Amino acid sequence: MLDDFFTRAVVAGVGVALVAAPLGCFVVWRRLAYFGDTLSHAALLGVALAFLLDLNITLAVFLVCAGVAVALVLLQRRATLSSDSLLGLLAHSSLALGLVVLAFMTWIRMDLMGFLFGDILAVSKADIGIIYLGGIAVLIVLALIWNPLFAATVNRELADAEGMKPARTNLIFMLLMATVIAISMKIVGVLLITALLIIPAATARRFATGPEQMAVVAAVVGVAAVVSGLFGSLTWDTPSGPSIVVAALVFFLVSLSPLAGLLMRTSRPVQGEKS
Amino acid sequence: MLKASEALVTLENAGFERAEQWLVRGVDLTVRRGEIVTLIGPNGSGKSTTAKLALGIHKPTEGAARRSSGLNVGYVPQKVSVDRTLPLSVRRFMRLTKRLDDHQMEEALEATGIAHLANAEVRTLSGGEFQRAMLARAIAVRPDFMVLDEPVQGVDFSGEIALYELISRIRDDLGCGILLISHDLHVVMAATDQVICLNGHICCKGSPDMVAESAEYRQLFGDRATAALAIYRHNHDHTHLPDGRVRHLDGTITDHCHPDDGHHEHHGHDGHHAAHQHDGPEPGTKPEDDGA
Repeated sequence: MLDDFFTRAVVAGVGVALVAAPLGCFVVWRRLAYFGDTLSHAALLGVALAFLLDLNITLAVFLVCAGVAVALVLLQRRATLSSDSLLGLLAHSSLALGLVVLAFMTWIRMDLMGFLFGDILAVSKADIGIIYLGGIAVLIVLALIWNPLFAATVNRELADAEGMKPARTNLIFMLLMATVIAISMKIVGVLLITALLIIPAATARRFATGPEQMAVVAAVVGVAAVVSGLFGSLTWDTPSGPSIVVAALVFFLVSLSPLAGLLMRTSRPVQGEKS
Repeated sequence: MLKASEALVTLENAGFERAEQWLVRGVDLTVRRGEIVTLIGPNGSGKSTTAKLALGIHKPTEGAARRSSGLNVGYVPQKVSVDRTLPLSVRRFMRLTKRLDDHQMEEALEATGIAHLANAEVRTLSGGEFQRAMLARAIAVRPDFMVLDEPVQGVDFSGEIALYELISRIRDDLGCGILLISHDLHVVMAATDQVICLNGHICCKGSPDMVAESAEYRQLFGDRATAALAIYRHNHDHTHLPDGRVRHLDGTITDHCHPDDGHHEHHGHDGHHAAHQHDGPEPGTKPEDDGA
């Protein structure tokens, strides 16, 4: 039943979900959804440059995303435009640049849809290696900076005053985001990466009493969404990325239903409520 | 008391400019170990900016800010809003920047009167309860230097007194230096060693009594404010418990306290100009009400 390419896709997707979920919690807590969108739009410029300069695609996407993140920090410091205008500017100009560069390279026959919405068939063994090596690196770094990053998320000035170095932590966090987008692009596609970051975290929120717990629950939801989404994709011949996102959406809706509330109340009596 | 003179934080002619506007300028300030320095001043006078310069959150545009190395800092910012999406219990909030064992944590929560809220989610706390949690978090790490930016905002009046007492007791117990920003001129603690009156620059500074009598202070806050500046002296004969009851010196606990209930030998609160009554400040004595 399981074709080889499908096993590869599931293994790769599970790896991506495990890494995206804890980072996605920070995206939700810090209200960075649009930042995630900006980086993933910029990813297409990375793809175009990879073809142009004959680079590894994942590496090129990481470099472009990291460059956009750093550019954003620098532009924010100048502070003549608000953050959301800057993000919109960076997101859509890099997306447009990417599409223009790709259109110029008439000698390349590529499947643009695959990059925009993900492509199960495109996952190779090398991709799985990159996803797991990169993913493990991201999770290790995230574990190391977890406490300062969380403190800076609650209140940046408090973290700064008490020696948590939020500026450095934020920069590292942005690079982790760039990495996750680079490694998850083939599975869910450029346009839908942010969904994989946000929806599992949003689903986990209702069941979590602590930040660490929320990250773990989000990872479980993410893995479930990837597996069921990919099965759906195989069954109904739908593109992989949208299928995964639809599956995640279903989990989110279930978490909102009264059934989930009942489940939560029995498993977590009174805790987290004021006595 | 040998260590008492050790300067923890020093600002020298420090100023901070943002968007071509000086938020504060020419501030000289030293907080020593075991000392409470209180900043007062009208809205926008640069109190919080001065505190952030002292903490190193802002780098001074001119002048210098020095902190002794390896300083363990506790900070209660003026405003912290915890996002709804953050699942954060008081217990986890206490461990935000430093490791704490359960004993340290419970002790601090006990001291600020919110031990019963340890497992509550931070976003469900009332304003006053959250202030207590922030203060508990700052003292739990046994800091060398604390900056308290309006630490008792939103706390009920009896709780306010108890927290001010706690702050001076912590100073005595830990020997830490405290930079305190007071939103309320009515209660500048007698435990304060130095009051600095800010209005974009230092107007006047000195002991609480000296500042209350200075012409600059009167000019800044108006004549009525002088009468309002009650210097709270903490030589009481009773303690207000978090649940509203009162413990007297002789160990008995009552629901209320009255001067003639037999538990008092003398007046507990010795207000400076009698503006500070036990039941609360008289309405109308607040300088904000003057419209000046």
